[in-house]
Amino acid sequence: MPDLLFEIFSEEIPARMQAKAADDLHKMVTDKLVAEGLVYDGAKAFATPRRLTLTVQGIPVRQPDLKEEKKGPKVGAPDGAVQGFLRSAGLKSLDEAVIQKDPKKGDFYVALIEKPGRPAIDVLAEMLPVIIRTFPWPKQMRWGERSARPGALTWVRPLHSIIATFGPETEEPEVIRFEVDGIAGGNITYGHRFLAPDAINVKRFDDYVAKLEKAKVVLDPERRRDIVRTDAKNMAFAQGFEVVEDEGLLAEVAGLVEWPVVLMGSFDESFLKIPGEVIRATIRNNQKCFVVKKGEGLANKFILVANTEASDGGKAIVAGNERVIRARLSDAKFFYETDLKTKLEERLKKFDQIVFHEKLGTQAERIKRIERLAAEIAPLVKADVEKVRRAAMLCKADLLTEVVGEFPETQGLMGKYYALAQGEDKAVAAACEDHYKPVGAGDRVPTDPVSIAVALADKIDTLVGFWAIDEKPTGSKDPYALRRAALGVIRIVLDREIRFSLIQKMTHALRFSVVHSNIAMQRMLQGLSAENNPEIASRMLQLGAQAQEIGSRLRFNAPAQDDELVVLQSLVGFFADRLKVQLREQGARHDLVDAVFALGNQDDLVMVVRRVDALGKFLATDDGKSLLAGTKRAANILRIEEKKDSATYDSAPDASLYQQDEEKALAGAITSAKDEASKAVAKEDFAAAMTALAKLRPAVDAFFDKVTVNVTEGGNAADIRKNRLKLLSEIRAATRAVADFSKIEG
Amino acid sequence: MPEISPNLSADHMDPRRSFQGLILSLQRFWADHGCVVLQPYDMEVGAGTFHPATTLRALGPKHWNAAYVQPSRRPKDGRYGENPNRLQHYYQFQVILKPSPPDLQELYLKSLKTIGVDAALHDIRFVEDDWESPTLGAWGLGWECWCDGMEVSQFTYFQQVAGFECAPVAGELTYGLERLAMYVQGVDNVYNLNFNGRDGAQKVTYGDVFLQAEQEYSRHNFEHSDSDMLFKQFTMAEGACRKYLEAGYSADKSKHLMVLPAYDQCIKASHVFNLLDARGVISVTERQSYILRVRELAKACGEAWLKTEAGGM
Repeated sequence: MPDLLFEIFSEEIPARMQAKAADDLHKMVTDKLVAEGLVYDGAKAFATPRRLTLTVQGIPVRQPDLKEEKKGPKVGAPDGAVQGFLRSAGLKSLDEAVIQKDPKKGDFYVALIEKPGRPAIDVLAEMLPVIIRTFPWPKQMRWGERSARPGALTWVRPLHSIIATFGPETEEPEVIRFEVDGIAGGNITYGHRFLAPDAINVKRFDDYVAKLEKAKVVLDPERRRDIVRTDAKNMAFAQGFEVVEDEGLLAEVAGLVEWPVVLMGSFDESFLKIPGEVIRATIRNNQKCFVVKKGEGLANKFILVANTEASDGGKAIVAGNERVIRARLSDAKFFYETDLKTKLEERLKKFDQIVFHEKLGTQAERIKRIERLAAEIAPLVKADVEKVRRAAMLCKADLLTEVVGEFPETQGLMGKYYALAQGEDKAVAAACEDHYKPVGAGDRVPTDPVSIAVALADKIDTLVGFWAIDEKPTGSKDPYALRRAALGVIRIVLDREIRFSLIQKMTHALRFSVVHSNIAMQRMLQGLSAENNPEIASRMLQLGAQAQEIGSRLRFNAPAQDDELVVLQSLVGFFADRLKVQLREQGARHDLVDAVFALGNQDDLVMVVRRVDALGKFLATDDGKSLLAGTKRAANILRIEEKKDSATYDSAPDASLYQQDEEKALAGAITSAKDEASKAVAKEDFAAAMTALAKLRPAVDAFFDKVTVNVTEGGNAADIRKNRLKLLSEIRAATRAVADFSKIEG
Repeated sequence: MPEISPNLSADHMDPRRSFQGLILSLQRFWADHGCVVLQPYDMEVGAGTFHPATTLRALGPKHWNAAYVQPSRRPKDGRYGENPNRLQHYYQFQVILKPSPPDLQELYLKSLKTIGVDAALHDIRFVEDDWESPTLGAWGLGWECWCDGMEVSQFTYFQQVAGFECAPVAGELTYGLERLAMYVQGVDNVYNLNFNGRDGAQKVTYGDVFLQAEQEYSRHNFEHSDSDMLFKQFTMAEGACRKYLEAGYSADKSKHLMVLPAYDQCIKASHVFNLLDARGVISVTERQSYILRVRELAKACGEAWLKTEAGGM
C-alpha cells in the first residue's frame, strides 16, 4: 500500500514550538485519514528549525465503497415529496428506486445509493491544504505581497515550499496536486541553509531522509539531541570534565540546529569566583550553552552547539562565543560585586514603593506580616525567635539585587550568598534560600528550624492574604501558585511533625492581611477622591470603621469571629483537598481523609494524618471490617426509619425500656467503649482508641443477631422500637470519637 | 551581488576596520537592492522604528523600500561611559521593505557578507524573538539574528503598526551597528572601535567621538534633567499632537493633510517619557499610563496617515 510524504518547509520555526507542531501535524492528518475511511499502518512526524515533516505508511489506494439505503416517500405520495426524494438521492426517476413492502404503514420507495470510494490521492489533495490553513500555531503571521489580500495564508513564519508525494514503495510516487495561496504541493525541498542550500528532488520518506542527511540536515530531533548529548559528553570527558546535563536546554538547542556541531570554549578562570549558579544562568539563558563540571565545582569551559561545519574547523565560532560569554560574565561579575557592596537590610526601604498586590499592599507590609507570623510559629518548631525575625526580615531582600533582577531563577540562592557574605548567622542565611522550599513535588523540605518557621509563615501569609481578598484558584487558573503554597505547608508540617491549629495561627495573619488590604484600598481611593465623589467618601468611611473593628479584635486577641471563620474554614477545606491529593499519591484512601475531616474542627494536619493512618490500619483488621459493617447497618436502618417517621433518634436511650440482654450488653459496651476511646483520643493515642472501639464488635454482632429493631408485638412496642433506634444511633455516636464512619466506602 | 566600488574597498573603508566603512557598505548594499537611502530623522527617537519612514510608511498599500542609519536614544542605558557595551546613544541601521520580499533572509545574509561576516566561517542563527512596541501599538514576528552567539540584528515581519494591520506586511531589519563593528573589528570595548579606519595619528576612535557625550548625557539623564520642564513638555507635546491631528482633517474627515507634524509631537512625547523614566520620577503604576498615552497618539497618527496620499488614499 502507498505511503505519504508531507513536508512543509519554512523560515525558522521557534524551537519551543517544534515538538507540539510535529504532534499536531501527525494528529490532524491521521485523524482525517481515519475519518475518510483510510486506515493506515503507521505514521511519524518530525521537526527541524525549517521543516515539519510527516510520513504515513500503508494508506489504502482508495476509500472503501459506501452503500447506503435512503428511505423515500410512500408509494403514491404527492409529486413534491417524490421530486424532493429524487433530488436528494440523485435519481433520475422513480424507476431507479426500489419499492419496499410494508403491510402496516403502506409501501414506500427506497433508493439504493452506492458511493464509490474515491482515490486516496484525491482525498489527500483535498485535506492537506485545509490542514495547512487551519494549523494551530500559538502565533502566526502573514508575509509578502499576498499578505494584503483577504484570506492570505498564515503560518508560524513565511512558508516557502511543500512536498506532498504519494505512492507505493516500489514505484515512482505521484505528487499530490494542490495549492495553498500560490504554493503548490511538489517533490522539492532544500538542504542546510549554509552547507547545502540547493534544491533536492525527493521521492519517498527513506529517500528523503537519506538525501537530507547528505545535504547536512538531521531530520529527527531525537537524533539531533543524541548527537549533542554524546558529542558533548565525549568532548568533556576527553579533557577530564563532565557536562552538567540539562534536558530543557538540550531540547531547545536541538530545535535551533539542523546539523549539530558540538564545540568547546573557555573563559577566564577568574570568573569562577562568581557563584556557579550565576555562571550557569548566564551561559545557559543568554547563550544557550552547556556548562562543564570538574569534580564538584564548575570548570572554566562551556560547550556550544553550532549549526554549521565552518571552513576553519570552528575556530572563529568558538572565539566569537568566548567573546560574548566573556562580556556576559563580566556583566554578571559586575552585578555580583555591586550587590555585595550593599547590605541586604539597606535595600529594604525600597519595598515601601513596591506593590506586592494592589489589594494587599506593598512588599514592605507583606514582609512585616511574614516576620510577625514567623516569630509566632518559631516556638512551635523550637527555633530561635530573634534569628527567625532576622531571617524573615531579610529573606526577600535579594529580589532587589542586580543578579536576581537579571536572573530571576537565582532568587533565594543569591539571598543566601549575600547573607553569608555580610556575616549573617548560618541559619538566617540558609532561610533566605530555603524559605521558598519545597517548590515542586521533587523538591526538598527545609530542615533547619529557622527556615521552617519562615517557610511556613511565607506560605501561610500568601494563602491567607489571597483568601482575604477572595482571589482563590479556580479550575486550572492558579496565578499565585496557591496550590503549591498549601502543599508546601502540608509537606513541611507532616515531615517535621509540627503540631498547631491552622485556624488559630491563621486568625492573626488574616487580620493583618485585612488591615493591609484596607490600607491599600484607601490608598487607591485617595487617588480618586479629588473628584469629590460622595460614593468614594462613604466607602472610605466604611473602610475606616472596618479597620477600627479589626484593630480592636487584634488588641484584645479575640478568637476568630464568625466572619473570619467563614474565610478560614474555606482555607482549611483547601488544605484538606490538597492533603487528600497528597495522601492519595502515597496510596492512602481519600475516603478516610473525608471521614476524618467530616468530624469538623480538624485543623491540626499532623493529627488528621495520624487519625487517617490509625483508621486505615484498623479497617484492615477483622474487628475493624466487622465494626464498619455493623455501624453501616445501624446507619442504614436509622436512615430508613428516621425518614419513615420523619424524626431523629439521636437522644439518649432509656435503660428501663431494654428488653433483652443483648440490648443491655450493647448499651454497656457503648458506654465503656466511648469512654475509653475518648480518653485515648485525648491522649492522641488513636490506635488505642480503635482498640477500644473494636470491643464493641461482639455486642453489635450479638445485637443484630438476636434483637429485632422494628418490633410490632406487645403493648409498648412503639416505645421499645424507638428506644432501640436510639441505641443504634449511639453506635454511630461512639465511632465518631475517631471518624465519621458514614464517609468510609465499602 | 554587486561589485564593491573601488573606494569602498580601500583599506580605510574596509568594514572590518572602519565603523564608517561598515555603515557605507550597508548603505551601498541596500541602495543596490532598490532602497532609497535616507538620512537619520532629525529628532530624538528610541529606535529606528520611530522614524516616520518606518512607522508611518509601514502602513497602507504602497510599496516602500528604504534604508537609513538612525541614532537611537535610550536614556536609561547610559553608564557614564564606563560600560564597554552599553550606551545611551547608539546607531541602528534600519531597512524596511514593503511588501517583504520572498528572499529577505537571503538578502540579509548577503548584506552580512559585504561587511565581513561570512556564513562559511561563522555560525549564523535565527532565534525566535517576537517584537512588540507598546508605545507604538505595534507587533511583529521574527528573530534575533545571532552571529557566533551574539545578537547582531533584529529581523521582523510587521503585522500591526499603530494598532492597524499591515497590508501588505513589511519586513524590517535592524542592525546593531556598534555590536557588528565590534565583532568584525575584533574589539571588546565599544570606545576602542576604529571609527574612520585610519592608523596612527589619523585614527579616530568611537571613544574620541562619543565618550564625552556618554558621560555628559548620563549625568543629565540620571541626575540633572529638568523634570518639571519635561512633565510640561510631555503634556504640551501630547496636546499639540492632538491639535495638529484635529486641524489636519478635511471637513468630511475623509482626508488628512498634516499628519507628519503631528507625528513629530508623538515622537517628542515618547522621548520625553523616556527621559522622565530614566530620571526615576515616574512610578510603576504611572509608567503604564504614560505608555498608553503615547500609544494613543501613535494610533491616532496611524489612522490619519491612512487618509493621506502616501498612506494610500
